[in-house]
Amino acid sequence: MSKKKSIFQLLTEKPWEQDQIEADNDHQGQTVNLSKQKLGLRTLMAASTVLFSLFIVAYSDRMLVHDWRNMPEPWLLWFNTGILVISSLVFHQTVKYAKNDLFDKTKNGLYFIGFLAYSFLIGQLIVWYQLMNTGYYATSNVANAFFYLFTTIHGLHIIGGIYFWGKTTSKFIKRSLKKEEINNLIDICAVYWHFLLAVWLVLFGLMLSS
Amino acid sequence: MSDEYEHKLEAKSDYTGDASSVSTPDIDAVPDAELPDQELYHSHSWWTTYVFSQDAKYIGIQYALTAIGTGLLGLVLSWLMRIQLAWPGLGWLEPSSYYQFVTMHGMIMVVYLLTALFLGGFGNLLIPLMCGARDMAFPYVNMLSYWAFVVAVVVLLASFFVPGGPTGAGWTLYPPQAITAGTPGYNGGIILMLISLILFVAGFTMGGLNYIITVLQLRARGMTLMRLPLTIWGIFTATVLAMFAFPALLVGCLMMTLDSLLGTSFFMPAMVSLGETLTHEGGSPILFQHLFWFFGHPEVYIVALPAFGIVSDLLSVHSRKTIFGYRMMVWAIVGIGALSFFVWAHHMYVSGMNPWFGFFFATTTLIIAVPTAIKVYNWILTLWRGNIVLSLPMLFSLGFIVTFLNGGLTGLFLGNVTVDVPLSDTYFVVAHFHMVMGIAPILVVFGAIYHWYPLVTGRMMNETLGKVHFWITFIGSYAIYFPMHYQGFVGVPRRYYEIYDSPYIDVSTLLLNKFITIAVLIVGAAQLLFLYNLFASARLGKKAEKNPWKANSLEWQTPQMPPEHGNWGKELPKVYRWPYDFSVPGAKEDYIPQTQPPSEIIGAKVEKT
Repeated sequence: MSKKKSIFQLLTEKPWEQDQIEADNDHQGQTVNLSKQKLGLRTLMAASTVLFSLFIVAYSDRMLVHDWRNMPEPWLLWFNTGILVISSLVFHQTVKYAKNDLFDKTKNGLYFIGFLAYSFLIGQLIVWYQLMNTGYYATSNVANAFFYLFTTIHGLHIIGGIYFWGKTTSKFIKRSLKKEEINNLIDICAVYWHFLLAVWLVLFGLMLSS
Repeated sequence: MSDEYEHKLEAKSDYTGDASSVSTPDIDAVPDAELPDQELYHSHSWWTTYVFSQDAKYIGIQYALTAIGTGLLGLVLSWLMRIQLAWPGLGWLEPSSYYQFVTMHGMIMVVYLLTALFLGGFGNLLIPLMCGARDMAFPYVNMLSYWAFVVAVVVLLASFFVPGGPTGAGWTLYPPQAITAGTPGYNGGIILMLISLILFVAGFTMGGLNYIITVLQLRARGMTLMRLPLTIWGIFTATVLAMFAFPALLVGCLMMTLDSLLGTSFFMPAMVSLGETLTHEGGSPILFQHLFWFFGHPEVYIVALPAFGIVSDLLSVHSRKTIFGYRMMVWAIVGIGALSFFVWAHHMYVSGMNPWFGFFFATTTLIIAVPTAIKVYNWILTLWRGNIVLSLPMLFSLGFIVTFLNGGLTGLFLGNVTVDVPLSDTYFVVAHFHMVMGIAPILVVFGAIYHWYPLVTGRMMNETLGKVHFWITFIGSYAIYFPMHYQGFVGVPRRYYEIYDSPYIDVSTLLLNKFITIAVLIVGAAQLLFLYNLFASARLGKKAEKNPWKANSLEWQTPQMPPEHGNWGKELPKVYRWPYDFSVPGAKEDYIPQTQPPSEIIGAKVEKT
């Protein structure tokens, strides 16, 4: 397996020299030592980070216009944030269980994570309902529109996560995969969960601070 | 490369004192694969074989045919527009139809033809084959990607049939006019356009994930990144650009959809329309322009980089010569890709920006000319003293170099704020971008199709028809776009449905308009020759021998040609060299395929790169 190389080492390689030819012939055809699912998730997270960053840029730009009216922050949002934090912690623990082959604990952990994810989505819908009942429509101010947009896009990411959580959980329970393969899947679900928590904290923090 | 092997062999035979060791030398030895072979999906029914196929080669063909079909519509739209411009007295088109056709022509050509064809078509066909993989990393996702593209195209075309017709806002879709009364399709067509783009981005992200992971993780043994053909470098870098640039388009489209459907004010300022005050207030149209061009400029390179890569390979193969400065070429591609994210506001010089802002973007724009010029020099140096074969791919590649140079030079004009401001929104701009990202990449597309056609069908395309096609297309393009430069200089504005009896407009403009239109009709008709050649040759073409161009890269080294499902038979290929060992002194043939082990070419002296 080739060692990790910096970009400058790659630049100064001399592929015509005997040592380098031999090293290159030994190359296994993989650039980084990660499973394709893991690297795929990282690619998607990078694209997703660009997406959310651009939303934040648009938000910051639009905020400066005089018609901006801040939105209230319902306490339920804090509660939902708490749910997300807990689910991330549980996932962290579940990954450890899975690594130590604790089948029942892992299974319960996965179920609990699913429950928390659905609760978060329901919680967000209740926040929407409350805000709309008190007259904060998307059309009444652009700050509200951004809130609905952010929560929708984040929610869609969560729904995508739930889809893969569902597939992983059912594969885990059926024991249809080898141990390393299923652990790899649980691991990447966990990374995605942490990512969505981080995204939410940034978005929530942005809305709180403005 | 392999000159050193000789010494090693000599040393070895000294040690063993046995000459027979030359026939089974261990210099060919490659360690056993540490990575398991990829599991393949095997189709079971007609549907999963021909419609919802998960074989990247097949998806590539599907992508290419869908993109070309959509592109034909774009071509017909350009005919209709040009007839209107040449003979405005005919009353051929309504003003609204003219704008709708301009918009649809632009969007179809940039996104639904070129992006889909280069990345979806050539990417799917060539990435697994050139990297030595059995298929893409996630074949199922790859299939979804194609079908999302199909749905996007269907939604786009559906906008021709909704009340009000497709949007006529121009391909940049600037708000507020795109969603305000008075613009064609402001409440129906634009929504379908935005939805179609959102679907395209979603589909592309799934495809792009595949291209990136396959190139990075599923290459053959011995295939280091620096042994990849430049085609793969171009497609890979373009895909990375697209993964970072398309989110900007997505953000813009989503927020404009909400502005239009719900009445939010992301981009819509307070305004009076048809005597009524609209409910919007405070939105920023400039914000949309920034988002759009943060996507739009990398988009230019999403189209150009695969063309750069493909043309490098075509030039090298058809001039039987090592590509000049391979590593320089790779880093130029990567450098252009990185820089392309820092030049977007040069599309917005007339939007009222701070002069220092414009200064910054003019500077970055001129800096990007450096790696681009390096590439042009390297192509020419590749041809220098090469054994140039004027085959169809070579003709088209030569056409590309000239056309790209031409379009690139006018880009230097437009990149400067002071020169751009008077030329902005004239036909000079139209001529510039059609040369640089219309004609130039399309010439590469044709060259690439003539080159890889035998790989797909096992037959050659007709050479005579191809030459007629080339000369009409090449000369015709110059007949179309050279006069437009002049029209731009004398101040003819673009996007005008009709130039009335304005004292500013010289009679030469009107005559040139007729001349250009005739050229457009001829060039467009010549594409029918190409289409006939494309479809008829699949049955009637001369049977291609294996590796008909005597190329080195892996796609020609498959056990069967055209390659079968799984590409490589039982054994995955092993790679011993880069794909540019042409005309190596001392070698038996004038090419050494990447899979040829060193023991078979002892005595060949490969040049340093």
